[in-house]
Amino acid sequence: MDMQSLMTLLLTVGKILLIVVPLILTVAYYTYAERKVIGYMQSRLGPNRVGPWGLLQPFADVFKLLFKEIVLPSSANKFLFYLAPVLSLAPALAAWAVVPFDDWLVLADIDASLLYVLALTSMGVYGVIVAGWASNSKYAFLGAMRSAAQIVSYEIAMGFALVGVIIVAGSINLREIVLAQQGGFFDWFWLPLLPLFMIYFISGVAETNRAPFDVAEGESEIVAGFHVEYAGAAFAVFFLAEYANMILIAALTALMFTGGWLSPFENVPILGNTFIAQPHLLWFLGKMFFFMFLFLWFRATFPRYRYDQIMRLGWKVFIPITIVWLIAAAVFVLLGWVEQGV
Amino acid sequence: MSIQVLVFYLFGTLLTLSALSVITVRNPVYAALFLVLTFFTSAGIWMLLEVEFLAITLVLVYVGAVMVLFLFVVMMLDINLSRLREGFARYLPVGILVALVMAGELLLIIWTKGAQKLPLGEGNPDGFSNTAYLGERLYTEYLYPFEIAAVILLVAIVAAITLTHRGRREGGRYQDPARQVQVKRDDRVRVISMPAVDNKERDA
Repeated sequence: MDMQSLMTLLLTVGKILLIVVPLILTVAYYTYAERKVIGYMQSRLGPNRVGPWGLLQPFADVFKLLFKEIVLPSSANKFLFYLAPVLSLAPALAAWAVVPFDDWLVLADIDASLLYVLALTSMGVYGVIVAGWASNSKYAFLGAMRSAAQIVSYEIAMGFALVGVIIVAGSINLREIVLAQQGGFFDWFWLPLLPLFMIYFISGVAETNRAPFDVAEGESEIVAGFHVEYAGAAFAVFFLAEYANMILIAALTALMFTGGWLSPFENVPILGNTFIAQPHLLWFLGKMFFFMFLFLWFRATFPRYRYDQIMRLGWKVFIPITIVWLIAAAVFVLLGWVEQGV
Repeated sequence: MSIQVLVFYLFGTLLTLSALSVITVRNPVYAALFLVLTFFTSAGIWMLLEVEFLAITLVLVYVGAVMVLFLFVVMMLDINLSRLREGFARYLPVGILVALVMAGELLLIIWTKGAQKLPLGEGNPDGFSNTAYLGERLYTEYLYPFEIAAVILLVAIVAAITLTHRGRREGGRYQDPARQVQVKRDDRVRVISMPAVDNKERDA
């Protein structure tokens, strides 16, 4: 290997670390934010003992989990049992490779990046199924079956919602999709694709097995779902994957429906060329954090769905609506009500 | 040897080994997981040919959807391996025949097409969109084959549903979501006002 390719390799590894390390830190503080936000919503204080305002709580949790023993159930399939957490974390991290944070800030600006994200998120379900099966426990297996059926069902609605975005944007590259939304708050895709926007985000909540769709781990029925037999670091990896997936869904919603790094005040005459009207990384992060907050808000607000209601919502409500709105979106573009492309 | 060739042989070896494992491992769950690995590595090989769209679609459709359902079925069914082995000798001649025919067909293609040496990683020009090219071909040149394939798939879906759908049982109990949504508090709970009772007076 010559010098140049070695440099490229090192540079790429550096870039990957630049994405993964902040991501993992965000996951750590997302769990803290979750406990604080839900705490305040329920008139409690949330964690407040470790460090000022409990700010060091995530680290205490991480160290606790890392130092705990990983218990291997006696009749579990050892290889698959240890493989499952890896299978669920790897796609959750790999999908970030194509997420553009700014017009130039993207690790791999590939042609079919939206499709790549869709393919990788659809692989996360293997971690769930393999974990449930390898544990050799009926609770874990039941949780895995519920969770996998739910993920597979909602993926269809999610995929259809994304086809709507592709029709309006005229591209399957995430960067170009964002650029196609230029022009200010009312030019973002949330307006022409309002039903798809809502369906995408709700399906995202269901896809990550979060409340109110968290039957996979329904504490009152099957303890903790597919990862009931996992302890210590192996459990921590599942946890990391779940939160990384939530952040990913929030980021994708921000990119595809609310203009990514574009400013909502673009083309507002008074603001002119001030920094508020300029596209910036901070806009993207702000939108992403808003959608991340919605996940927590949902959890504090809604009671859990019954399983048959979840399936009905996915198959009989969301999928038909997305198909109808796909045709509507195509008509919008055809009639010129929505301008396609950059 | 360039890195591309090295990667090709790495993926090729992995692909062949995992494909062999699919049919040799005893545990059906392992077999299904090896099939997933097979699809994944072949997607990697397609990626080497710079056909991003096809490679990603292979992962999306086969790894992300088809194999999940496969695993579901394999895990749910209690497959009795010894009973499966019983028919081995009986089916062996047919199996060998099918294998020979398939191998012959493959050889025929390699014979005719193999003569034209396919360049590896020639590279597409900058800004070439694989996806756009594929879409253009599919909807112009190959429109009819594409549409016919789509219709066949649709027919298969309808057929699968008609074969398995048994409809609602007569007199079975089921929930009507429309009626569930319309339920008001007064339909379920009745608040009755009762006169207060003085405990001391009652106990006396």
